Amino acid sequence: MYSKGLAPLAAAAVVTLTAALALVFFYAPLDADQGFVQKIFYVHVPMAIVSLCGFVAGGVFAIRHLRSGDASWDLRSYVAIHLAIIFGVGVLATGSIWARASWGHWWVWDEPVLVSFLVVFLLYCVYYPLRFSIEDPERQARYSSVFAIAAGAFVPLNFVAVRMAQAYTHPRVLSQTGGDLPGEMRLTFLVALLGMALLFATLWKLELTAKHAAMQLKRLKRRLAEREAVAA
Amino acid sequence: MPALPLDEAGKYVAGAYVVFLALILVYVAIIGAKIARIDRELTELASEDDE
Repeated sequence: MYSKGLAPLAAAAVVTLTAALALVFFYAPLDADQGFVQKIFYVHVPMAIVSLCGFVAGGVFAIRHLRSGDASWDLRSYVAIHLAIIFGVGVLATGSIWARASWGHWWVWDEPVLVSFLVVFLLYCVYYPLRFSIEDPERQARYSSVFAIAAGAFVPLNFVAVRMAQAYTHPRVLSQTGGDLPGEMRLTFLVALLGMALLFATLWKLELTAKHAAMQLKRLKRRLAEREAVAA
Repeated sequence: MPALPLDEAGKYVAGAYVVFLALILVYVAIIGAKIARIDRELTELASEDDE
């Protein structure tokens, strides 16, 4: 059901990420201001964008779940949010490494982009205790969907609020004018972003497939147990 | 802060990419272990059914 197209998607992700790595280290020029450390941005920023999109996608799937009542949309929403949190861990880690190299500190509390991402990340960390504290599967799915929609709406709001903030020091990679990236850097960035998006989609499908198989197995075991009970 | 020299910046860049790679590898390993468990349990069920 979910595994359809997984193999070509995985292959596309591997090829694109390999191409992105080659572009990062052999094609994109060194940044005049930051030097070699700027190469971190090609993994950090695409991962942040994909992570935030994953949170929003979780909200969109949750809307479909509440509208249709189909539990498979709740599963899609859960896996998207779960993966976005994992990517979020990567964003915070790579961001901290970049901050240490560029600013001399692992974390800067007066930097709006950093702190706002942490706020979004911590908000979504609440999703797990909320979801798994409810035993009834139907209620669990419904409450989780409501949370995913509310939090999903917060993500773009938060993004816009930070962009509107005047006192920022965080370098802007993308803007309405396409940022200050020269052609080679922009191409490299876009390939890295595409690779990251494909990786997210591949892992999302992979986890959905594993979860679906586990649920099918559980159902099969229950049916066999019932059949044995009747036979006895 | 001025740009770090290449030898010093290299370890930070390598660190960031290693973190990313490790994160993905750990995730894939966990999912792989789950799929292996499902496969094992399915095989057990099939052999029980044959008996």
